[in-house]
Amino acid sequence: MRSIRAAAVGAVTLSLALAATACGGGSSTGGGSNDSPKTLTYWASNQGASVAVDKKVLQPELDKFEKQTGIKVELEVVPWSDLLNRILTATTSGQGPDVLNIGNTWSASLQATGALLPWDAKNFARIGGRDRFADTALGSTGAQGKDPAAIPLYSMAYALYYNKKIFAEAGIARPPATWAELTADSKKIQAKGKSALGAEGSNLSENIHHVFVFAKQHGADFFTADGKPDFTSPKVVEAVKSYVDLMAKDKAIPTGDAEYAQNQSVSDFAKGKLAMLLWQSAAANLKSQGMSEDAYGIAPVPVISGKPGSGTQVNSAVMGINMAVFKNTDNLDGATRFVKFMTSDEEQKILNTAYSSIPPVKSAQADAAFGTPATAVLKDTLAVSAAALPQVASESQFETAVGTAVKALFADAAAGRAVTADSVEAKLQKAQQQMPAA
Amino acid sequence: MSSTRSPVPGTRSPMAPPRSFLWSRRIFLTLLTGFVLIPVYVMVSSSLKPLADVTGKFRWLPSGLTVRPYIDIWSTVPLAKYFVNSLIVAGAATIASVVIAVFAAYAVSRYDFRGKRVFTVTVLSTQMFPGILFLLPLFLIYVNIGNATGIALFGSRGGLILTYLTFSLPFSIWMLIGYFDSVPRDLDEAALVDGCGPFGALLRIVVPAAVPGIVAVAVYAFMTAWGEVLFASVMTNDTTRTLAVGLQGYSTLSDVYWNQIMAASLVVSVPVVAGFLLLQRYLVAGLTAGAVK
Amino acid sequence: MTTTAFKEPVRRAAPGAAREPRRRTGRLRRVSLPYLLLLPALLLELLVHLVPMAIGTVMSFKELTQFYIRDWGTAPWSGLGNYQVSVDFDAPVGEALLHSFFVTVGFTLLSVGLCWLIGTAAAVFMQDTFRGRGLLRALFLVPYALPVYTAVITWVFMFQHDNGLVNHVLHDQLHLTGEPSFWLIGDNSFYALLTVSVWKGWPFAFLIVTAGLQNIPRELYEAAALDGAGTWQQIRRITLPSLRPVNQVLVLVLFLWTFNDFNTPYVLFGKSAPEAADLISVHIYQASFVTWNFGTGSAMSVLLLLFLLVVTGLYLLFTSRGRRAADV
Repeated sequence: MRSIRAAAVGAVTLSLALAATACGGGSSTGGGSNDSPKTLTYWASNQGASVAVDKKVLQPELDKFEKQTGIKVELEVVPWSDLLNRILTATTSGQGPDVLNIGNTWSASLQATGALLPWDAKNFARIGGRDRFADTALGSTGAQGKDPAAIPLYSMAYALYYNKKIFAEAGIARPPATWAELTADSKKIQAKGKSALGAEGSNLSENIHHVFVFAKQHGADFFTADGKPDFTSPKVVEAVKSYVDLMAKDKAIPTGDAEYAQNQSVSDFAKGKLAMLLWQSAAANLKSQGMSEDAYGIAPVPVISGKPGSGTQVNSAVMGINMAVFKNTDNLDGATRFVKFMTSDEEQKILNTAYSSIPPVKSAQADAAFGTPATAVLKDTLAVSAAALPQVASESQFETAVGTAVKALFADAAAGRAVTADSVEAKLQKAQQQMPAA
Repeated sequence: MSSTRSPVPGTRSPMAPPRSFLWSRRIFLTLLTGFVLIPVYVMVSSSLKPLADVTGKFRWLPSGLTVRPYIDIWSTVPLAKYFVNSLIVAGAATIASVVIAVFAAYAVSRYDFRGKRVFTVTVLSTQMFPGILFLLPLFLIYVNIGNATGIALFGSRGGLILTYLTFSLPFSIWMLIGYFDSVPRDLDEAALVDGCGPFGALLRIVVPAAVPGIVAVAVYAFMTAWGEVLFASVMTNDTTRTLAVGLQGYSTLSDVYWNQIMAASLVVSVPVVAGFLLLQRYLVAGLTAGAVK
Repeated sequence: MTTTAFKEPVRRAAPGAAREPRRRTGRLRRVSLPYLLLLPALLLELLVHLVPMAIGTVMSFKELTQFYIRDWGTAPWSGLGNYQVSVDFDAPVGEALLHSFFVTVGFTLLSVGLCWLIGTAAAVFMQDTFRGRGLLRALFLVPYALPVYTAVITWVFMFQHDNGLVNHVLHDQLHLTGEPSFWLIGDNSFYALLTVSVWKGWPFAFLIVTAGLQNIPRELYEAAALDGAGTWQQIRRITLPSLRPVNQVLVLVLFLWTFNDFNTPYVLFGKSAPEAADLISVHIYQASFVTWNFGTGSAMSVLLLLFLLVVTGLYLLFTSRGRRAADV
């Protein structure tokens, strides 16, 4: 009997001891090491039409890297639905990849966890220096005044994709440059029995990217200069309302899009049901769905008036993918060499062509492959009229809270309920109060 | 049908039921069949439709039949790999869960010991634990065990097996206690007198008499492991991913391949549903004696 | 029920032998045997359920935000802070939690009620043999046997606004609605969730009640028939009362499973559920994983657990008291 009890007590103590160490976190080794110089694990985000496509794109490059350096890279393509959770659990436990891709908007949030290797001057020197990268892209790599938490890998921008045939049928000579023109054109398109503009009303990130730009155009910001959430200023309310009004009042966006969250609007566009789409670097995506490049045109995202530029003329968020190194990697040298390899001119050309994105590396950008009219629009937008999403630690909470608010507003609009300044403000108020106090 | 001399348990009176009963039954069962069958029909028919049919307006009859989705599912997503993973995880979890539950239930059913009530109450109360609360701690424990002992639980099938088998333990133990209680004690006492040890009595007498209950428990354990999403999404990686998570790969960045989703869903469901239906008789018998007595 | 009667012989066997001092080792073996048998289950429960639960509870007293998740030891203690935030029903976080709680309670009551009703009705109607009964029974178990993901994703497909079957039938074919309805967003999402939950859950009730019916002695029906009771009366007077102990367990199990269900709402709505269908499990998931505040998320989970413990305790207390009274 006694021995049993002793065993039981032992078991409990053991588990509690494990628990205690668990509380201590698994990542006590802060600096990283070079204990296993021959291997690397790499989590890639899903950039192509499917995970399988990504593997086909990346594996040959990784083989090339192995040939050059003798370092074998274990690739895992993580779907977007899992990526942030996987990064979080990796951060908490210290059990993660050596190198990984992150959405560039998460940079500041992930930077705050302290799990990612800061790119100070010394680390930058190992990959060829900070100057190789475009400033816009570097603007979305972490909080201002801190060393970047990640390196830009692919850059993207929003553009207006329009179906040439539908435009011709509706008698529209050139793509709309302002929202008023877009609304007017929508009426002509709808008269021909087609849907005008697509949106992903239930996709929180898409909502955020758009209301962010609308806020810029209304001269407003979601965060104060010192990083405090400020969602309820009249201008922000007006901005969010005018985005939702594209469905609620202007009827440019079909109500059915309110429940879209899985890129159904891209597919509607590819099938020719939809005349216009605001999307980031959609070319590869549309091609995989069988839409030929001649069938659509690309124009800058509309503004309120005038031409795209800075300030209130901003017409896209700086989108893209950054590459980060986990601080506690056991192959620090290999990891930086891998980042250097992936940001080399040659790889930048290959990868950004495959994903129809723009290289954030200036020397690669100059390549003829990125000089086509289609990519020119994206390149110009990035250079001239794109702004980085707020680089604050609570960015990911902001995406959830405000993205959910916009989703609910779209649901209201779709159900035929009025979307008023009051209802918008109420939703944003709630979102703001859910933000962390810090 | 059944004469009064050999009454079939669970049937009602030998009298013919009144017309009102027959009509209610007919109407109710017809409606219910419709409710149950419509999604199943949608699943089967959509899996045979071309992509244009499933991304456009719903139609009851396909514009054309195709088996393409059944070919494509294997290349869009490494379904075969996930299938094998799920089979290993669910199979191992089921076997281990049944063995452990049999031991525990036997102890509770046949012995009096201190802490028995505490044990049963604690085990059953774990049914109330919100998974979300212990997901992250469990993950951390696995990582720490890995760091301390070198046994890789996190990201491995082993960790998932341990998790799932424990998920199904409470219900399994509880059901088997009920079932073992219904196996007459005289039988295993006789075996003990005949010189069998307690394990002999368990294996030779109690287990054979409790087959339906054990099958019911096994089916439950298998289904729990086969369908779980939350823990699998965090605890697996590319090589150990299970079906329930892997199926999400069909809604990709560019398009939602509904026909492939449906085809893959059918492929992963068929083994479970078939097994379930084959073992259905045992299941009812097992529950009859185990859970509801 | 019959446990006390059964326990007697065992008690005689085990401690009886212990009274003989010569057989000490045998005694030790007998006493330790049940513990040995329980050990694997106990260890697993500790590893997977109890210790993580304890850690989770500890987490609920810490300020575990993104700044500290990397090294939990350094996270500052926040005392009851996370709990205060969770139950401050005047502030948005608490208000949203309370709202989610009420939605969950309403949803659970309706879902359990409907599952029980449909399951019992089907089981009772199928108590007597008729042609096709076996086939029908197998068919009815299909929703339960399907893996959750496949079942729910099929419903998502059917509930789509533009291309779904539900709107095709209700709007295009039956013209019941002026406009196609939204099922996956907005207020209707509650009914969508309820439909899926009932579709998936009622066969379990059916299965358990079918099993329970087997235990009702036929003599009861025959006696009632002799008294002149027809089929309906037999159902009312014998079948339903006899199912009482079965129902006690069934309703409790369904309640706990439905209340804690994560998979169904998660697959149906994704990471942010519409307000009308904001079940508590997904709500807590969002509070901890999506907003990276594991302290508050844990506090909410602990509150949820306490609630379930109290409800279950009260439920068992009242039902077993009722049963004891009925037995007398």
